[in-house]
Amino acid sequence: MLEWVALFDRLFCLWFSPKNMQLIINGQQQSYDSPLSVQQLVEKLSLQNKRIAIEYNGEIVPRSRFSEQILNEGDQLEIIVAVGGG
Amino acid sequence: MEPLVIAGKSYSSRLLLGTGKYRDFAETRAAVEASGSQIITVAIRRTNIGQSPDEPNLLDVLPPSQFTLLPNTAGCYTAEDAVRTLRLARELLDGHSLVKLEVLGDQKTLFPDVAATVEAAKILVKEGFQVMVYTSDDPIIARQLEEIGCVAIMPLASLIGSGMGILNPWNLQIIIDNAKVPVIVDAGVGTASDAAIAMELGCDGVLMNTAVASAHNPVLMASAMRKAVEAGREAYLAGRMPKKIYRASPSSPAEGMFTGTQHPAANS
Repeated sequence: MLEWVALFDRLFCLWFSPKNMQLIINGQQQSYDSPLSVQQLVEKLSLQNKRIAIEYNGEIVPRSRFSEQILNEGDQLEIIVAVGGG
Repeated sequence: MEPLVIAGKSYSSRLLLGTGKYRDFAETRAAVEASGSQIITVAIRRTNIGQSPDEPNLLDVLPPSQFTLLPNTAGCYTAEDAVRTLRLARELLDGHSLVKLEVLGDQKTLFPDVAATVEAAKILVKEGFQVMVYTSDDPIIARQLEEIGCVAIMPLASLIGSGMGILNPWNLQIIIDNAKVPVIVDAGVGTASDAAIAMELGCDGVLMNTAVASAHNPVLMASAMRKAVEAGREAYLAGRMPKKIYRASPSSPAEGMFTGTQHPAANS
């Protein structure tokens, strides 16, 4: 009985109360509500339609997979652009 | 004139221009246009989180549809960092594989770490990148980089950003004589005559940034560099006259002189 309550409580939390998670974006710790996909993060940062590339925990995330890549507590992201250089 | 061919693609311009250190994107664009360059280097950096959405992006000013963008690894001091940077660049530029590899060995001089450069070049070539490689003017390293499969060898003329010109033309000559891929002088050019000298030596192209961006009038210097590279190339193709001391030969005829006075030395 107690397990059922605990399970219900967990599901409730999952569904109704967004959980806070810490992400490291470009070396800075940032707080976001989970669940969150790479695509949603890009939109929150107003970077949609921008020419960027993203590395997720050291691996490149192709643009086509931004929506399916879900972010978790402690994930590290690098969001890069082209800048002037020789 | 015959085009510059890099990795199977032809370019009519033999001047490659960097996009760093300009006052703003408008000046960058104007300099690129004045230079006539078709290959433009860019650096890969973290985006500014929290930037305003309408902040201009370099790729909007210099779109890949109009220019061949050459992402570099400036600031990388290990093979691993350079490879990581170029993998991200390839993703950023939709699979574009032509890249400029540089692995630096020293912050003060920005001299290349050639051992790390060779290591990175091997990985990148294996992963399908077309690698244009910045290196020292050591002919043996240049040959090794070519053997690995780099598509262009880019020896320094002098240190990055120094504007000291071509310090060792003889080493460049040996590299040019040995190479079967294009040799492009990268770094050290200070003014138009330096670019012309590089081309007269037989280089296939010249890559520069600071000489243009740090000129008092960058756009005018970009135009000067365009002409210098073209002039140097034509002079190389034309084949210069041999240098000769003590064998002065007048351009005007010696016969038909009516003034009659000869130099006293002629009678002795």
